[in-house]
Amino acid sequence: MDGIFLQQMVNGLTLGSVYGLIAIGYTMVYGIIGMINFAHGDVYMISAYLAAIGLAVLSFFGVESFPFLILGTLIFTIVVTGVYGFVIERVAYKPLRNSTRLAPLISAIGISLILQNYAQIAQGPRQQGVPTLLEGAMRFDVGSGFVQITYTKIFILIAAFVGMGVLTYIIKYTKLGRMCRATQQDRKMASILGINTDRVISYVFIIGAAMAALAGVLITMNYGTFDFFAGFVIGIKAFTAAVLGGIGSLPGAMLGGLILGVAESQFSGLINSDYKDVFSFGLLVVILIFRPQGLLGRPLVAKV
Amino acid sequence: MSQTFYRKGFLALAVATAMGAASFAQAADIKIGVAGPMTGANASFGEQYMKGAQAAADAINAAGGVNGDKIVLTAYDDACEPKQAVAVANKAASDKVAGVVGHFCSSSTIPASEVYDEAGIIAITPGSTNPTVTERGLSAMFRMCGRDDQQGVVAGDYIVDVLKGKKIAVINDKDTYGKGLADATAKQLTARGVKPVLEEGLTRGEKDFSALVTKIRSVGADVVYFGGLHPEAGPLVRQLREQGLKDVKFMSDDGVVTDELVTTAGGAQYVDGVYMTFGADPRMLPDSKAVVEQFRKSGYEPEGYTLYAYASVQALAAGFNGAKSNKGEDAAKFLKAHPVKTVMGEKAWDTKGDLKVSDYVVYQWDKDGKYHQLEKQK
Repeated sequence: MDGIFLQQMVNGLTLGSVYGLIAIGYTMVYGIIGMINFAHGDVYMISAYLAAIGLAVLSFFGVESFPFLILGTLIFTIVVTGVYGFVIERVAYKPLRNSTRLAPLISAIGISLILQNYAQIAQGPRQQGVPTLLEGAMRFDVGSGFVQITYTKIFILIAAFVGMGVLTYIIKYTKLGRMCRATQQDRKMASILGINTDRVISYVFIIGAAMAALAGVLITMNYGTFDFFAGFVIGIKAFTAAVLGGIGSLPGAMLGGLILGVAESQFSGLINSDYKDVFSFGLLVVILIFRPQGLLGRPLVAKV
Repeated sequence: MSQTFYRKGFLALAVATAMGAASFAQAADIKIGVAGPMTGANASFGEQYMKGAQAAADAINAAGGVNGDKIVLTAYDDACEPKQAVAVANKAASDKVAGVVGHFCSSSTIPASEVYDEAGIIAITPGSTNPTVTERGLSAMFRMCGRDDQQGVVAGDYIVDVLKGKKIAVINDKDTYGKGLADATAKQLTARGVKPVLEEGLTRGEKDFSALVTKIRSVGADVVYFGGLHPEAGPLVRQLREQGLKDVKFMSDDGVVTDELVTTAGGAQYVDGVYMTFGADPRMLPDSKAVVEQFRKSGYEPEGYTLYAYASVQALAAGFNGAKSNKGEDAAKFLKAHPVKTVMGEKAWDTKGDLKVSDYVVYQWDKDGKYHQLEKQK
């Protein structure tokens, strides 16, 4: 294990944890209403803009210290992005709840285009940027080489895992989580037993958007630049991660994200970065051939 | 009262229509299209195009126009997407434009120019440097800039002669322009006896290049050359610095000539010291002095391709005027035979439509996020 290999692991894990956070939005929505929310990548994009706005507003009011700045931005971004998630579900998906399965899919693509063009018109087509918040890096000597991790990346890893932990706790141990799981298992039965499934679906969209918002803040901090089209590539990657890990499975989304991130990094490090996407999507195909339900997904049982 | 108003209005409208029809017959306007990325990640270049072209059109119109006709500009947005470029090229052809200034991304210019060729429209690109643009035997495709095989030679020589690079990583963005340029640079480096230690591509639209950066580190590169545009160049140079490669020199091309490089890199401290090749700054030429002052007075700094677009409109106008015809083919024939005085000095084209003299030089970015032409070129 030399420094380069470890560095690629670190690169892959940070990238993968971000994929995982966005993948949660895809996987939860699929789990609960069986639709793929193609607008999710653009919800992430909106959150990147909100993060920049939040940072600018807080700096304007003289908040200088990093913990307050980032906490304030996180809260602002998560709340507003959550509202976006809620409104999108209400406007674009709920009216189509009982129509064909294709209808909400098309509606999702429409929302995706609306969000992109809205951001482009409202914020301008130019590249946007935020200044570096957390300067500096940690350096470990490994053998003859070294591994360098910026503080921002360490923060991303911690924040991503804390976010995942909190979400897992909510789903596993709280009343809201039980309601979500019940709705996922059998929506009709859950509503017979007195669960307001419409509201649960709204919560799921809000949670998914909140996770995308967390990713949006983290990525904006790390790369410092984004534009109105930023959600597209990362949305596709996160969706791949969700399918890889088993769509509908929460730990699967995170696992899929990490595997995808590490596979991309190690492949471009060891072989060739030209073909990294070929490799990661090839990996997806192979896994789906042997485990069509994804790594941690439950096999599909035909309901009769 | 309102009824009379309507009646009068109707009469006026009828008269205007009649006059409009008459003026159509005389063709009092000559339409010139400005095609480029007006939206999208590269929209800042489209803005430079439009500002430069508009200023040139205004100046020419004030001086009597083209063959007595006034130039009217129309913007065509290709967003640097080849498919959209073909669509807007067809739109321009059906709008009956006489000439086109555009496009920007070579991958857009190449397919669009085929449409213009079929429609007999003369096109002149201020910024597409891929050799293929003029290498397909099109009769009316011109450039206002140099070619990547010339730019790559300048970059390669500079890396060997001035930067004294020993281990060079050549990165491209897998697009027509970036890949073509990176290949030209790599070819020149190899010809000079310094074979690149790494030649790889990244994906446009992504932001995380840390794996690639680690690879650059693992081969021990001392110079990184990137053929591509600023949305990827910014994060790439930032991530190089963040992984501790402080002393590795970074060189790029005329696709990063915009202040937005600073934005995409996350601050001026990351672009400090970055090298790039670009045509000799037209703002420093004696011929451009008056125009540059006019731009600055209006509160706009004519950076990057602004003056290239200005000169392109001038060249089109000179072609139409010289040929005494508003037909593309006639103007093209004239331009290939006669040098034209532009804001960027006198320009002459060969039979392919390339400039006879290209003028690539090396620039460097400073810690304030501005770029300067370097004194020492060789």
